[in-house]
Amino acid sequence: MSLEDDLYKEIILENYRSKKNRRKIEGATLHAEGANPSCGDDLELFLSIEDGVVADASYDGVGCSICCASANLLCESLHGRSTADAQRILGQFKGMLLDELEPEFEDEISDLEAMQGVKHYPVRIKCALLPWNTLEGLLDGVQ
Amino acid sequence: MNHSTLHTASYDASSLELDVSALRAQFPILKRSMRGKRFSYLDNGATSLKPEAVIAAESRYYSELSANIHRGVYEFSEQATVEYDRARENVARFIGADRNGSVIFTKGTTESVNVVAYGWARKYLGPGDEIVTTELEHHANLVPWQEACKATGARLRFIPVNPDGSLQLDGLEAVIGERTKLVAITAMSNVTGYMPDLKRVIELAHARGARVLVDGAQYVSHHPVNVSALGCDFLVFSGHKMCGPTGIGVLYGKNDVLEAMDPLIYGGDMVSKVKRDEASYKPVPDKFEGGTPNIAGAIALGAAIDFLSEVGMQRIVEHERVLLEYLAERASRVDELVSYGPEDLSARGGIFSFNYGDVHPHDAGALLDQEGVAVRTGFHCAQPLMKVFGVTGTVRASLYLYNTTDDIDALIDGLARIKDVFG
Repeated sequence: MSLEDDLYKEIILENYRSKKNRRKIEGATLHAEGANPSCGDDLELFLSIEDGVVADASYDGVGCSICCASANLLCESLHGRSTADAQRILGQFKGMLLDELEPEFEDEISDLEAMQGVKHYPVRIKCALLPWNTLEGLLDGVQ
Repeated sequence: MNHSTLHTASYDASSLELDVSALRAQFPILKRSMRGKRFSYLDNGATSLKPEAVIAAESRYYSELSANIHRGVYEFSEQATVEYDRARENVARFIGADRNGSVIFTKGTTESVNVVAYGWARKYLGPGDEIVTTELEHHANLVPWQEACKATGARLRFIPVNPDGSLQLDGLEAVIGERTKLVAITAMSNVTGYMPDLKRVIELAHARGARVLVDGAQYVSHHPVNVSALGCDFLVFSGHKMCGPTGIGVLYGKNDVLEAMDPLIYGGDMVSKVKRDEASYKPVPDKFEGGTPNIAGAIALGAAIDFLSEVGMQRIVEHERVLLEYLAERASRVDELVSYGPEDLSARGGIFSFNYGDVHPHDAGALLDQEGVAVRTGFHCAQPLMKVFGVTGTVRASLYLYNTTDDIDALIDGLARIKDVFG
């Protein structure tokens, strides 16, 4: 088990480097900031919701590769999803990292499973979860 | 001196002051490996490793005395009291305190600052008064003053820093003025190792009638200190960064100001007489040590001071100087590496902060960990200084007496792994 196999695998690095969802959305329906004060991860999450469906999702800010990759995967996985779907994906993702649950992501969003290796590195779990915890706060506001 | 075990690489490490292999043998944890690699401990700014003598002193208190101090009339309690008091004298001698000053045991630097922030600042400051600190400070020497200012209406002012992380002392007279009642300043930045000209700050502050608190958390463990010569009113530091245990720290203060201060903690052991509705308090230092103190910690801190004194603080300074120059020299040959802090290494203690390309410090630290290298990453409890450098964090390597050029080689060679992953 090496760090490169678990943490810094290609799929995570690709999502870290991707700039596709790394932008602000002007006039976003939902917007929140999240931070991990101990390591300096600090990001904003933007969601555009139309008719109860996520029309666009993006993030901006600074964070380590794990945090940014997780944020990019989050945005990718939410495009075109209902807020109820988003809630379900959120629950699965957190369960995968916090409760050792085997994830059952659909094929289109199975890249999220790449983050599973993070659970072997306890100090990095909070990096991976930051965007998702920020999402949780946003969705709680919807209901 | 035996230099034969030292790695010389491309640098003349034979000038190292200390017989490091003999010293390293006294630190049990250095026999361990980390992630299957040689353990290269470069996080001394966070806490130091502990020599056998300190671990034994802490353990011996529990196995041979275990009694509470001051109150017992039996042999073991008397002996515990004697050893606790001896530890206090040991600390006082180590920092050059004369009879005009006292050593108070706290649980660490942060508590020491708070004792002054509550017992002195909140008692004596009001609207129109000013506390001056710097943009270099660790949050421990910033946040207590923010709160003291909120509570009293006093104003917090800052000695600004230059882009290289040194203090702008040229405009000092404009910052430390007639309204200044306290100057709270670090003796050594925990981010860059920069050591400001304290003498100059203290002289000006005293000329303005202000008190001076020096945060010695990073400095005292690595340098000879003489508070009487320095002239500061307070010096605060922690035991665990100087080969001592966690949970013990020191507030040194001049007696006249300590006597005029209120305690932070009230209760048993700090009182002289208690009536139903009021109490009177013991003299300094006892009035500041309410409740059962960290007896084992104080005794073990005394042992740490014995250990450091035997090695010699000036020799530690020179050892770290050689290592810092070696580190700076190797780092200068890594293109992607950007370091922070004044270029003049003579103004710096053994701390080296850097970033590798645009790799987040947390990622860099995680990959160095895989090479057995322990560094600190993040903003190091100094967010205002990070803002000056325009970064969200750095990787910090901090040195101590048991480090060798092997540790630095492991760090610099480990950067190759970061390059492999992040390109």
